[in-house]
Amino acid sequence: MSDYDEAWFDDAAGPLVRPYAVTGGRTRSDQYGLDMLTLVVALPSVAEAAALPTEYAKIVRLCQRPLSVAEVGAHVDLPLPVVKVLLSDLIEQNYVIFRKAAPPTEVPDQHVLQAVLDGIRKL
Amino acid sequence: MASGNSDPQRRLTATAVKLLVAGGFGVGKTTMVGSVSEVPPLRTEEVLTSASEGVDDLSGVEAKTTTTVALDFGRITINPDLILYLFGTPGQDRFWFMWDELARGALGAVVLADTRRLETCFPAVDFFERRGLPFVVGVNCFDGAYRYGTEEVRAALDVDQTVPLLLCDARDRESTKQVLVTLIHHVMKNADLVQSHG
Repeated sequence: MSDYDEAWFDDAAGPLVRPYAVTGGRTRSDQYGLDMLTLVVALPSVAEAAALPTEYAKIVRLCQRPLSVAEVGAHVDLPLPVVKVLLSDLIEQNYVIFRKAAPPTEVPDQHVLQAVLDGIRKL
Repeated sequence: MASGNSDPQRRLTATAVKLLVAGGFGVGKTTMVGSVSEVPPLRTEEVLTSASEGVDDLSGVEAKTTTTVALDFGRITINPDLILYLFGTPGQDRFWFMWDELARGALGAVVLADTRRLETCFPAVDFFERRGLPFVVGVNCFDGAYRYGTEEVRAALDVDQTVPLLLCDARDRESTKQVLVTLIHHVMKNADLVQSHG
């Protein structure tokens, strides 16, 4: 009986808190059309975010510089759909602003390509 | 926001672009991403829910299946206004449905090939050809793997002569840079062609 816990919970079992518990059960976040490449940045400082619920405060802390939705997901270790709900709440309350990636076009912008090329060469 | 700490001038002028690194399971995609990323490769999870397509007649019982796909990616800050993300595509066949979303808006792709199991990259080559997304083939030279010439690999993969194909070492930063530079050149050439044929 002593190793009951070990028998049940290991890394493969995943988080013990159901992911959507942090969103109050909400799973939809369609209003802003966030995708994994949408960039977000926080408006309040880390100190101002301290009063927010834990997960929200964590995101505001992370987003003191622009991060993609995918990066936020990786850092807070929550699945993308959950992160999108939390970010939508923060956007709605003006804690976070966002910018979507340019819409897909047939021909990518040559200035962007040149900048990417120069950037990779400089690595 | 009463505190003087907030920055009302904070604006978001940056945009993000992405490149994909595709290939079979275990071919070295995340290794390649990690060799140039400014942060250790990150992992995020996408959750997809779909009505199950079971054939059993459960008379009105509609089951839903949820699949979690782990995506590995890296980041390169090109300049303060431009961030490049490198996404590894999920290697297992059952995650094909994720590819469309990943490919949407991508500038181009690297197909990483392993000469010991060349067939594992066929689906990726197929996918990018059909989608018209510019790609290059990087032949990852594993230690001890027999090294075929690039033309042998090209023939085996049956890719067009216009598709750049080069040998690389996914662990090596300079080698990965070379692959990415070749890819961006190819994307630029492609864009020129599309424009001139308007």
